[in-house]
Amino acid sequence: MSIRTRKGLHSGHQGQAISVENIVKKYGDFEAVKGVTFDVKDGEIFGLLGPNGAGKSTLIRMMTTLIPITSGKAFIDGYDVSENPDAARRVIGVIPQAMTSDIDLTITENMSIYAKLYGVPRAERERNIDELLEAVDLTKWRDAQVKTLSGGMRRRAEIARGLVHNPRIFFLDEPTTGLDPVSRVAVWEMLNKLKSHRQLTILITTHYMDEADRLCDRIAIVDHGQLVALDTPMALKTSVPGNNVVEVQFLKAPSGWAERLHDLSGVQSVQDEGSSMFRLLTSTGSQTTTALVELSVRAGVEIKTLTVQNTSLDDVFVHYTGRQLRDEQVKAFGFVMPPRPGMRS
Amino acid sequence: MNRMLAIIEREMRKFFRSPTLMITAMIFPLVQLIILGNAFGGKIRDARVAIVDEDHGNQAVRIREAFSSVESNVRTFVAVDYSDEVRAREDVRQGRLEGALIIPPQFSRRFYEGENPRLGMVVDNSDQFMANSLQTKMQELVNSLNSPAATAKRIPSDVALEIVELYPYIEYLKYLLPGSISLAMFVSVMIGGGMLYIDDKARGVHEGYLVTPITSMEMVLGLNLAGALKAIMAGCALTILGSLIAGLGSSFQPAHVLQWFLLICATSFAFNGLMFLLMVRVEDPLVPRAMFGILNTLLYFPSGAIYPVQAFPKWLRVISYVDPFSYAVHGLKATLLKEASWVAVSQDLLYLTVFGLVSLVISVPLFKRTL
Repeated sequence: MSIRTRKGLHSGHQGQAISVENIVKKYGDFEAVKGVTFDVKDGEIFGLLGPNGAGKSTLIRMMTTLIPITSGKAFIDGYDVSENPDAARRVIGVIPQAMTSDIDLTITENMSIYAKLYGVPRAERERNIDELLEAVDLTKWRDAQVKTLSGGMRRRAEIARGLVHNPRIFFLDEPTTGLDPVSRVAVWEMLNKLKSHRQLTILITTHYMDEADRLCDRIAIVDHGQLVALDTPMALKTSVPGNNVVEVQFLKAPSGWAERLHDLSGVQSVQDEGSSMFRLLTSTGSQTTTALVELSVRAGVEIKTLTVQNTSLDDVFVHYTGRQLRDEQVKAFGFVMPPRPGMRS
Repeated sequence: MNRMLAIIEREMRKFFRSPTLMITAMIFPLVQLIILGNAFGGKIRDARVAIVDEDHGNQAVRIREAFSSVESNVRTFVAVDYSDEVRAREDVRQGRLEGALIIPPQFSRRFYEGENPRLGMVVDNSDQFMANSLQTKMQELVNSLNSPAATAKRIPSDVALEIVELYPYIEYLKYLLPGSISLAMFVSVMIGGGMLYIDDKARGVHEGYLVTPITSMEMVLGLNLAGALKAIMAGCALTILGSLIAGLGSSFQPAHVLQWFLLICATSFAFNGLMFLLMVRVEDPLVPRAMFGILNTLLYFPSGAIYPVQAFPKWLRVISYVDPFSYAVHGLKATLLKEASWVAVSQDLLYLTVFGLVSLVISVPLFKRTL
């Protein structure tokens, strides 16, 4: 990759909205992000997938100029965020995890203030506000104070506010956390619509597998501050051995049971989940299931539950990280992620 | 029982994990004890009193000697020589002097001839405590001059002290008004510029600003001017309402309106600058709440709003000299109670403006443009 830096302008790869080069963030001795490299193409929805504490928010905060980069480079629309942060800020829209809209102001007032912060001329400002409120289906609520809105509506209002200056690149940090399933789906549909209508590049962080699967063109799996896999959801799923996952729980599995399961037809790997529960990755789901039932009957091991499903991003995550997506205690590393100012841990 | 203990445990754990709250809970009463204990009940010292000697006779010399004795012992006065009574009166009016002792022409002759020798004492009765203190001390001085031990037998007559009050009687309500106006601005700044600023930071509102192309200077100026505007509105509202309640009709004369309005603007700017400087690196929403009481005590009471600065010990006067409250109170007293000229408030306006500017200049580099 050829990178030339001139006055903070990156002229390396054409057609790339975001380019991150070996980026590192350290808090004292703790390395929250450990040399991550990736590119985001123009017009794609790119997902950063990982558990809480994986480093997703730290990455997004570095890319959006909110925290300084310890080492490495991040380019937004060709602008080096360390050398030319203001230019980078002009082309991005950011929806942080926290609610950044003022809850005492109305949706329109919040949008108008942000448009002014970006220097959007009056006529364009008013047009943008009308269009965006229509797009997020909040026209009826335009003069409602944000504090009177439901969680889903607030999130939609935030998204509209983040787009009021027509950014090229849109960052969303866990936009559906805390929303009910219906509101989540509404946000996904709205993001897809906005992306196609406004030619947006979207970078989204999430710890929801289904969200990443449904929304993203490409996904980067982040764990412990490192990028462990990056590809399209389909490619990631096919990269995992087996097309199906058989999840089975026995009443009481005898010793050496995992090895016997591994010998079944089509089984490529067996994960012992504890409590006599096993996950079998197989290329032939139906044959493996039949063989499994037969084996259990022969061995007198009673099956408690049995499910067969296609490979999901959960399996991808397990495959690449060796465990389930978890809400890990970062304190285990003797470090607490610095909270947002004023937030008490 | 266990459930109640759980609540107690939770509250105590929170309390002990918040050192700011713990410290301020202990410091606040201490600060109040020290400041209030010293601000009230002290004796007047080093009040600047002009001696206008229009007699130049022997008795005038005696009075000056007695005055010097007070000056070097109990130190109630600091004598300042004036040759012109009119100028001395004007300087009392403008707040440069606390009083003026007039030794009239022919005083010594009248004294020796027993023709009712009289001394004049001009006091600024907009500050009743100061005026009464000066009057009492001066009467003591005159009494001692009249006492047999100090007076030769051949001198037939006693000296009388005539008090000249510069203004009609000023009620305590009026006297307190400038302090209350300043306090209204301070409270507005404390809530609008301190608490809300930190609350917005904690809620994440500032995080939203930080990803926009706004510069540190624009953000600091925006926040400061917004805070100052809120304080100006509070100050103006209280001045108008307070003047109506206290019956200060002169407050509504155009020249005075401009004077107090500029003072309110400068005060709001200075207060907000101070508050922003104190809060610029604070992130815990508890801090401004905890500091409120301490700052209020530390700045309001030493300002001379309710007790004259001349009655404070030296160390408290130092606080008073740098405290923007003092200048706000002094300026508003001059314009609302004394109908003073621009000269009387020019120093206050200058100090408050410079104070605000300096605070702002220090705040800008301290302001963090990142999280």
